[in-house]
Amino acid sequence: MEERKNVATAEQAEADAAERSMRMSRRRLLGGALAAGPALAALHEVIPHQGLHDALGGDQHQRALAAAAGHDGHDGHGVPVHANGLGTAGPTFRDGANVDHDANGFNPTQILRDFDHGKTRRLASGRTLREWTLVAADKEIEIAPGIRFPAWTYNGRIPGPTLRCREGDKLRIRFVNGSAHPHTVHFHGLHPSNMDGVPGQGAGIIAPGKSTVYEFDAEPFGLHLYHCHVAPLAEHIARGMYGTFIVDPKQGRDDADEMVMVQHGYNTTFDGEGNQFYAVNGIPFHYMAEPIAVERGAAVRIYLVNALEYDPINSFHIHGNFFDYYPTGTRLEPTEFTDTVIQGQAQRGICELTFPHAGPFMFHAHKTEFAELGWMGFFDVG
Amino acid sequence: MEARGETFDRGPLASVPAWALGAAAAALIAVVLVLLAVAGDDSLPDRLGPPVEELAVERTQLEPNRIELTLRNTGPDAVTVSQVFVNDAFVDFAGGEEAIGRLGSDSLTLTYPWQEGQPYLISIVTATGLVIEHEIPAAVETPRADGDLFALMALLGTYVGIVPVLLGMMLLPAMRRFRPDWIRVLMAVTVGLLAFLAVDATLEGLDLARESGGAFGGAELLVLGAALAYLVLTAVDRRLRARGEAAGEGVEGGSRLALMIALGIGLHNLGEGLAIGSAYAIGELALGAFLVVGFAIHNTTEGFAIVAPLTRSRPSVRRLVALGLIAGAPAILGGIIGASVTNPELSTLLLGVGVGAVVQVIVQIAPAMRDRAGRLLDTATAGGVAVGLIAFYLTGLLISV
Repeated sequence: MEERKNVATAEQAEADAAERSMRMSRRRLLGGALAAGPALAALHEVIPHQGLHDALGGDQHQRALAAAAGHDGHDGHGVPVHANGLGTAGPTFRDGANVDHDANGFNPTQILRDFDHGKTRRLASGRTLREWTLVAADKEIEIAPGIRFPAWTYNGRIPGPTLRCREGDKLRIRFVNGSAHPHTVHFHGLHPSNMDGVPGQGAGIIAPGKSTVYEFDAEPFGLHLYHCHVAPLAEHIARGMYGTFIVDPKQGRDDADEMVMVQHGYNTTFDGEGNQFYAVNGIPFHYMAEPIAVERGAAVRIYLVNALEYDPINSFHIHGNFFDYYPTGTRLEPTEFTDTVIQGQAQRGICELTFPHAGPFMFHAHKTEFAELGWMGFFDVG
Repeated sequence: MEARGETFDRGPLASVPAWALGAAAAALIAVVLVLLAVAGDDSLPDRLGPPVEELAVERTQLEPNRIELTLRNTGPDAVTVSQVFVNDAFVDFAGGEEAIGRLGSDSLTLTYPWQEGQPYLISIVTATGLVIEHEIPAAVETPRADGDLFALMALLGTYVGIVPVLLGMMLLPAMRRFRPDWIRVLMAVTVGLLAFLAVDATLEGLDLARESGGAFGGAELLVLGAALAYLVLTAVDRRLRARGEAAGEGVEGGSRLALMIALGIGLHNLGEGLAIGSAYAIGELALGAFLVVGFAIHNTTEGFAIVAPLTRSRPSVRRLVALGLIAGAPAILGGIIGASVTNPELSTLLLGVGVGAVVQVIVQIAPAMRDRAGRLLDTATAGGVAVGLIAFYLTGLLISV
């Protein structure tokens, strides 16, 4: 019975080898993820100038992909192959299924271009007063097909609403805590300490059922964020309490097809060590099933925010294109012309680009395991 | 007994027949159980905390681009498998559409381009977001349970089971020249060998028991297997002994003892074959001369144990070969079972059977160690046991698979 003894004595060496080897395989898998690009491109040749998702339902779309890759969707063993061709075409949820957006009450496709300018009123001084209401609510969200996450949200969605204002506006945010847990709203930006939305300052912690009003001026212009600041901080953020806060420069920005992408994750095991799911705008793999329709040659502006907890960095990479990058959006000159940026926690920046070629183009975290755990999608350039 | 029973006062139920009393008691127990089942659920509060979700992977089968996992729910609550990721990438899979109930089983077929020799960590995400991990230390295509596999296991079983035992039995003519005192020492050596073997198999079984999910018990299966084997072999021994005495065989019953030892070692070799077969199935078995020679030296000691009681009788060659086959051939069967049904629980049970069998053999042989004064351990036999322990330990080092 000595067969297993050796395994035990060599356990450490094996574990080390396993770890090394796993890192290797992660790297190798990227090739698979990227391989889906050409397949989609081939499909697009067949159905030109039409939204991929419109042309085919989500699941059909996946099956069509499998067919394009030379598989009939099933093999001799009666096991469905789906989009994956034998798993080499990239990661997917089972059956390429999607979540029930209606039950969740939000859809990442809508969140993408949903900018909440608030209720505005001209003050006697000539300034604009902009008002919003944020309501904290506990909510179970189907974050991936069949998986329910007990989230804490602003206005029932993850990420919370994208609040947008203009430099110099007077801002008034009424916060109602409808959650069973204490919360706050902490904004990134310039404001007095009693409006900082942290425990012990100003209204401090807002208990369940209580409310408060945060008031400050919109400065500096740029791309910012807001999030809950109650301890344990990482958990309050990771449960879903974050959103984008955009301050437009006084003179505004050039016209563009604007969209917001909040990068984040779900630590469904609540162990505080990494995440099991990664996403932009709420649902992993969402823009794989529903690619983002954009126009060829048109200006596109992406407000990219990293709200990811438990992992030190996140990244954004786009296929077949480059973009001007404006870190934090606080300067009007780009610092870089690139196709990949890295963002640490709470870092954000504006990406400006146009698509020179029609067809599907992938975008994903180039922290590749995040991509394969949900943080990837497609632009569909028409 | 009868007369005494009659005098005992059986009270007011004296006239009721025994079967009626038994039936009434059984009915009462049934009624109370039903009441408890109905009322108990309502009278107790719900459990605090989230559902307890546990899944054990009982079997992993790999074929190109496909990983099949056989799952068993080893926890108290139903578990729904929602998504699966392999080495940090979500994968498509079939199976597990329904919730798996307590002790229920289902299998998942993952579509994944695994590479030979690489480790994989499979993460099963349940409906509540819990992640249950299963590690494949090194991916190797699972051998199909076909003629080739059976032939290979037959060959392997012959190499590591039958051949070494028969080799060990060839010491018989030399052993016959030994003086009676030396025979006692030989028996002591055998006891030492077997004792170490029993300990070794127990440790191996406990190791395996940790691997199984525990739905059907882990270490308990080892104990159960050992106890059952011990009892069955003891019963068989009593039967053989009675028959031997009827046939006028000597009290020592050398041939009976040899048969019992062969049976015990055979059951042990079943477990050994099982371990070899399952190691082969997951690609952990380095086949080659080293394995075969190592086992040959190791298991030769087993053949020696079988013939030790036969120094004073003259069994036919046919009988000796039969004994060798009884002891060695189960390695073939074990190999086939191990390679085709990789199930830690079955393996644990069978290892337990081997342990019980070996212990039973020790109990059988021990009396032959006694000196004229009836002592079990004197200087000579203590030395013999020690030699046996050390010999088994050292030859065990040769087997590194």
